Amino acid sequence: MTPPDGPSPMLLDMRDIQKRFAGIPALVDASLSVRSGEVHALIGQNGAGKSTLIKVLTGYHRKDAGQVLFEGKPFEVHSPHQAQVNGISTIYQEINLVPLRSVTENICLGRERRRHGLLDWNAMHTEAERLLSRFSIRIDVRRPLGEFNTATQQMVAIARAIGFSARLVVMDEPTSSLDEREVGVLFSVIRQLKAEGISVIFVSHKLDELYEVCDRVTIMRDGRTVRSAGMKEINKLELVAAMLGRDVAAVEGHATAFGERDRSRIGDAMFSARGLRAGQAVRNVSFDLRRGEIAGFAGLLGAGRTETARLVFGADRASAGEMTMEGAAYHPDRPADAIAAGMGFCTEDRKGEGIVPEMTVAENLTLALLPKISRNGVLDESRQREIVERFIRELGIKCSGPNQKVRELSGGNQQKVLLARWLAMNPKLLILDEPTRGIDVGAKGEIQRLIRGLADQGLGVLMISSELEEVIEGADRIFVLRDGVSVTELEAEAANEEEVLTAMAHGTSASSEAAT
Amino acid sequence: MNRARLVRIIGTYGVLIALAALVLFGFLRYDRFLSFYNVMTLLRYNSMFALVALGMCFVIMTGGIDLSVGSVAALGSVASALASPYGIVPGLTAGIGAGLVAGLINAILVTRANLMPFIATLATMQAASGSALLLAGNQTVSVSYESGFTAIGQGNLWTFPIPAAIAVVAYLIGSLVLNYTGTGRAVLAIGGGEDASRLMGLRTDRVKFLVYVASGGLAGLAGVILASQFGAGQPIEGVGWELFAIAAVVVGGTLLTGGSGSVVTTLAGVLLLGILFNVLNFENGMGWLSLSAYWQSVIRGLFLLAVVLLQARLTRRRLGAL
Repeated sequence: MTPPDGPSPMLLDMRDIQKRFAGIPALVDASLSVRSGEVHALIGQNGAGKSTLIKVLTGYHRKDAGQVLFEGKPFEVHSPHQAQVNGISTIYQEINLVPLRSVTENICLGRERRRHGLLDWNAMHTEAERLLSRFSIRIDVRRPLGEFNTATQQMVAIARAIGFSARLVVMDEPTSSLDEREVGVLFSVIRQLKAEGISVIFVSHKLDELYEVCDRVTIMRDGRTVRSAGMKEINKLELVAAMLGRDVAAVEGHATAFGERDRSRIGDAMFSARGLRAGQAVRNVSFDLRRGEIAGFAGLLGAGRTETARLVFGADRASAGEMTMEGAAYHPDRPADAIAAGMGFCTEDRKGEGIVPEMTVAENLTLALLPKISRNGVLDESRQREIVERFIRELGIKCSGPNQKVRELSGGNQQKVLLARWLAMNPKLLILDEPTRGIDVGAKGEIQRLIRGLADQGLGVLMISSELEEVIEGADRIFVLRDGVSVTELEAEAANEEEVLTAMAHGTSASSEAAT
Repeated sequence: MNRARLVRIIGTYGVLIALAALVLFGFLRYDRFLSFYNVMTLLRYNSMFALVALGMCFVIMTGGIDLSVGSVAALGSVASALASPYGIVPGLTAGIGAGLVAGLINAILVTRANLMPFIATLATMQAASGSALLLAGNQTVSVSYESGFTAIGQGNLWTFPIPAAIAVVAYLIGSLVLNYTGTGRAVLAIGGGEDASRLMGLRTDRVKFLVYVASGGLAGLAGVILASQFGAGQPIEGVGWELFAIAAVVVGGTLLTGGSGSVVTTLAGVLLLGILFNVLNFENGMGWLSLSAYWQSVIRGLFLLAVVLLQARLTRRRLGAL
């Protein structure tokens, strides 16, 4: 990809970057070029390779192939330290500072001021205060960073970055934990950096923000750069379509194994949520679910889908909003409350929060069930065996037997074990967060058929998926979330990809947009 | 805000308050508690522990641990006793050198082989203990009384014990390094968040390397004082020193998880524990109650537990926003 000649000189030019982790390609053909004094958006779905590309740039990872030019010269760094010295500073998504240490130390560590060989604390405190005052922040820089709120910590991170006389500041989702006012302050800081000729790479999933503050955008998908354009030359719909790899015009036949819908199975209302709110991630989400229905959550990364599911399951607490389950008010304080109400939750993070890899299929499957199949605290092994064998049969879990370690199973079969664990509890409502992520195509189809089959038996399913066709073909109703707000509800039969994409991009579906 | 500040003050200076209270208690209760002899003996004896605790303090501030200090001190005492006939400098060199080698091994295991500090230093602890016994031929090694070597542990500067003077100098240097050098601040930053520190561009491995080497060297120096003070290299001494050192560091307000701590309050922690033993000894001497060594262990254990629990509570409150 040859960068077009722009008005200002090219500061950074990364070309044909490749990177594999343990043989698995993370970057296939990634390119990114940033001009001086430009705010450049870098966007893509989860796993598109944005973070890897940034970590290659900042010396955290080493590229396998490709070329990086910085200020016109070949640029090869092997540590974040070197990158910093050479004018590239990074602000990571989760603020990577040391909360126990003072604001001054967090800003000045790595380039301390010295007098007679010893640290000059006065000079460092003054320096920290001076840098922060550029953003109109006045705080006691001697206090531990952890005592300040997230937005202030973010500003400290930025102050640190520009204190290194950076030419390029990389911001990895800097707004994900900020409220609107704080985002405003951040944007004015970005504009100020720009005015000083400092370039910014801005990673965000919030499309409105990109249009507000960015000059150009690079879109990545599956480790490749798929498009690079000026913000003015590309509209939101094209942006989303490029991220998801959908051709807005063409929608082909069935891409999933859910099969035909049978709406007769859908029963009466079971669960509803109104005006759910929690922090910045969930701001106003309403939806409902009927017996035997699959409700799909569609939305970009950071739209608040998983966060909403966690509220429903009591893993986090909602600060506002009402929920009802089977006609009764429902206020879960902890997952145990949700389980008692008849819910189950297969998490997105199968390895981290789901299976216990070193335990056997049988143990994993009955983990949540132990109190029910124990007598006086002693496990009833024959009942356990009976349950385990039933689910291995019904779900078609491919394993050598109940005593095989789950670690040895394929991703698809691990997912089935996890599903079985919840099904063994006999739930009424099952939340599935990315149920087919990281699973090969064959197993994916099996899981999809299984989900449909469960719904046919009267189970209410709330399905979160980043794969558009999975939501469109699998769900009976689709709730589109955008920036923490449930913006649209679409009947699945009427929904087509364009409508869902439009809602994800603009917050309204195509039909309602025509009216406004 | 006032409350938060109070909590911070107690967190930082609590050990000093406790120290003052204990000294006052001893002064009021025992006649000879603040006698010149008792104070000087106390300082002389505890200087070894102070040195070990100083090294431990730096290691813990990076979020690590060094379990090998006790047996490294034993190794150092044997090495210095063997070298003592050649004079003070060879004795010092041998003892500190042995400690530095052990520290170097710890440093390599932790930063290059990426072993957990607990495991790495546990292995070194065993190996150093074995080496000490091998080197000493399974017995204590008498030091030379002619070469002047015993002055290190037994001598005085005017009236102040030399080992205590060595400890004071070491703590001054330690405090300077921690508070007024980039390396010192990096020590704390690494303990507060190693990944964050690396991403901030700090050379975390280099700093950790230095910390383990220093801990080994200080343990070796403590071994030299041990041999010099008691007239023999003692391969089986040093058992439990690591626990004393960890206790002193934690009592001194340094977070066991790293990231926050102070050299000065570590010294106060050493003194607090040292004086606590001293008080228990006086108590025994008064004959009111007879506390066996076992009971003393139980009391020290409970005391440490209370301090750690209090510290955890204070820290949580201090960073309540997190």
